[in-house]
Amino acid sequence: MQDINIKITDRNGKMHEVVAPTDMAMNLMEVVRSYELAEEGTIGVCGGMAMCASCQCYVKSAHKLPEMTDDEDAMLAEAFYVEDTSRLGCQIQMTPEMDGLEVELAPEI
Amino acid sequence: MITTDILIIGAGPTGLFTVFEAGLLKLKCHLIDALPQAGGQCSEIYPKKPIYDIPAYPEILAGDLTDKLIEQSKQFEPGFTLGERAETILKQDDGSFIVTTNKGTEHHAKIVAIAGGLGSFEPRKPLIPNLANFEDRGVEYIIKEPELYRDKKVVISGGGDSALDWAIFLSNVASEVTLIHRRNEFRGALDSVEKVQELKNLGKIRLITPAEVKGILGKEKVTGVAVEKKGEDAFIIDADHFIPLFGLSPKLGPIGNWGLEIEKNAIKVNNALDYQTNIPGIYAIGDVNTYPGKLKLILCGFHEATLMCQSAYKRIFPDKKYVMKYTTVGGVDGFDGTRKEAPKAVVKAIE
Repeated sequence: MQDINIKITDRNGKMHEVVAPTDMAMNLMEVVRSYELAEEGTIGVCGGMAMCASCQCYVKSAHKLPEMTDDEDAMLAEAFYVEDTSRLGCQIQMTPEMDGLEVELAPEI
Repeated sequence: MITTDILIIGAGPTGLFTVFEAGLLKLKCHLIDALPQAGGQCSEIYPKKPIYDIPAYPEILAGDLTDKLIEQSKQFEPGFTLGERAETILKQDDGSFIVTTNKGTEHHAKIVAIAGGLGSFEPRKPLIPNLANFEDRGVEYIIKEPELYRDKKVVISGGGDSALDWAIFLSNVASEVTLIHRRNEFRGALDSVEKVQELKNLGKIRLITPAEVKGILGKEKVTGVAVEKKGEDAFIIDADHFIPLFGLSPKLGPIGNWGLEIEKNAIKVNNALDYQTNIPGIYAIGDVNTYPGKLKLILCGFHEATLMCQSAYKRIFPDKKYVMKYTTVGGVDGFDGTRKEAPKAVVKAIE
């Protein structure tokens, strides 16, 4: 299985180019945590169930992302700082199609 | 003043199991939790979600796990201070502690076990510039006393269960209830959504969607809110109260100022021994602690609670000889007078 490259801009505006495995069933929120790009306890609070919006991010590249589930859609409807490009990182799985993905983490709530 | 042997801060799974393990050692526990009910995240965030890594339970719902832990702890008669947040701690000359909550309730304990998970749950506040000026002057994030809204004009915003449930409830109390949500769809239980629809048709709830409250009007108190409906000009609704209900998010809070060593938003503990913090007599167990190799799993919290209780016992009774007993061998003697024990095998001679 191939690794993919991802660009993540942290909450301080610093851009990080990281390598993510595609065979570990990881999602974007977990990639952020594994590289410690956001302070522990401020991201992935619900563990990745689309129930807290602490992993909200803005997608900057034109990748075709997995369709939004009703859970994610409803959570974003109650989140803050939501933009048209907002997604929950925990709902974006690391697959080969995500190579080159560029995202920016939404502010902490 | 409430007195106890072990004061547990946080009534989640780890805190609840601590009551059982302490009870086996005849130590009494009292729990403080900011939420109005026990169970922590399991009951507040995901009660209906399954967990698959609780030993011996191939699958159990988080809410059911909470119920079973409460049942298991009941024989040891734990005390609860719910809906209050542990605010300050004072070490006494004899090594014991006094912990006081935000409501002034005082607890005196020989040992403090922080089982606070990701922290205490605080309301998530919408981004309205002058919101803070009106807190407790017409803006409330949690409904404590429904009678406060009797014959008042109330605006609720949010799209989940609590927004729907309170809109329904207050429609019989307030003179006017307006529910505002960013979407036309609501996330709550189906029967709550249907009930709101019914009350809307009856004219008892005014529904404004998709819309957002963008500002608050008033001098000393809330007199109205500015609402923006998608694609339209902002308009004003008269209101005595504005209740934003956007769920809760955990914050470490005042515990962060207790002089404990904090790393990555968690409390550093000695994992080689007993999960004690840098302050002797204060332990941290479950998701709230950190040490090399830490995993935030419920089952790890159970293990930490068990070792911590042994250490607490030795701290309280330094000179007593003690060996761990298996419950199957020794049975369980509850503080409520109950006794559980393995049935004795009947010996009968073979003729």
